[in-house]
Amino acid sequence: MSREIRLETPLTDADVIPLRIGDRVLLSGIIYTARDAAHKRLIDLMDNNQPLPFDIQGAVIYYVGPAPAPPGKPIGSAGPTTSYRMDPFAPRLMAAGLKGMIGKGNRSQEVIEAIQKHKAIYFGAIGGAGALIAKSIVSSEIIAYEDLGPEAIRRLEVRDLPLFVINDTVGGDLYQEGMKRYAQAP
Amino acid sequence: MREIPVSEITETVARLCIEANIDLGADVEEAFRRMKETEDSPTGKEVLDLLLKNAQIAREERMPICQDTGLAVVFIDVGQDVHFTGGSLEEAIHEGVRQGYEKGYLRKSTCHPFTRKNLGDNTPAIIHTRIVPGDKVRIVVEPKGGGSENMSRVVMLAPAEGIEGIKAYILQRVKESGSNPCPPIVVGVGIGGTFERAAFLAKKATLRPIGTKNPDPELDALEQELLEKINKIGIGPGGLGGRTTALSVHIEMMPCHIASLPLAVNIQCHAGRHKEAIL
Repeated sequence: MSREIRLETPLTDADVIPLRIGDRVLLSGIIYTARDAAHKRLIDLMDNNQPLPFDIQGAVIYYVGPAPAPPGKPIGSAGPTTSYRMDPFAPRLMAAGLKGMIGKGNRSQEVIEAIQKHKAIYFGAIGGAGALIAKSIVSSEIIAYEDLGPEAIRRLEVRDLPLFVINDTVGGDLYQEGMKRYAQAP
Repeated sequence: MREIPVSEITETVARLCIEANIDLGADVEEAFRRMKETEDSPTGKEVLDLLLKNAQIAREERMPICQDTGLAVVFIDVGQDVHFTGGSLEEAIHEGVRQGYEKGYLRKSTCHPFTRKNLGDNTPAIIHTRIVPGDKVRIVVEPKGGGSENMSRVVMLAPAEGIEGIKAYILQRVKESGSNPCPPIVVGVGIGGTFERAAFLAKKATLRPIGTKNPDPELDALEQELLEKINKIGIGPGGLGGRTTALSVHIEMMPCHIASLPLAVNIQCHAGRHKEAIL
């Protein structure tokens, strides 16, 4: 049976190492949003030895481009985007201190290996449940790349954001294991 | 001859963009409930419950079901006895998308292919126009998200590959898509025509309400067979493992060239968003 674990950001080795695929995590604290275009700019900054717009040590990045906030709400619908598009950039960020990624969908072998090497974690949020997920977001503020519109980097404060552990530090992969468990001969 | 001011088109398209994004179809909700009964995975059942809860929140709070409110794909069937007044029909559709996405707090997702600069108003819409008999206008808006669209393909099979080749390609496509397109998916299939017509047929197939039968008995049987096989792959709701990988398989077919066997697979996410109006 899967466990339910509460975690606070920033994440440490002690938070991440005990996590196993299938664990349900309720995440609270500060996380940062970034998609394809923002990742490219973060890597460009690193290439030029420039500081990043947020502290990457122990940070968690959420792959999301939220819908605009309706009046009276901190954010619009905010479910995960497909993660593989960030695969070329993720290992560099993990090497720099990134501890957690939130998205949906399979990661590359390089990312899975980097997760083990750097003791990081890949969480899945439920794709297409953006209205529900928005309920866990307390505040949202653009901190970089406003010109990217929905792809700008936002600082989100989250409370009990519901997540599943997809890839853990021992090489587990919930998408592969889950599929194997329920596959039937055709 | 019936006159319709294009402002009516703009208003209708705007309304349909908003409704399609916040009001999950009754056929989809019904399918979630039905599939929950046959889902063996506790996590899979839980994901289906979360999707039902998400739909309820979206409807009550007038929030989009998903943050990816899509490119606006607009199907418009124009009765040949209709005369549009007051401007360009196509521009009226784009304006409807512009207004709907702004008023509905929907995400604008169109961008320049090279620079990736966001165009800021979600235009241009993808418009499919058909001239039909009569004096009515039927408009369907299908907001299409990037995650599921990215998993879609067109392939020109060799005729010798036949129906077995078609089945194998579709099953492989769903398997390779895995958790990316937000399962449980609707699989739209277009067979025949030309390269671009196959893709159009596959997209059109995604619009058929879930739970309705294909009028062609041969295609109906093929849809059932494919659905059963897809739901043995094990991907499950959210890709976390389970029986419910697809809610439905819909096939549209037409004749093709003696040298070709075009096949298109258009994957649609679990929300299967679309809304229709008749003027």
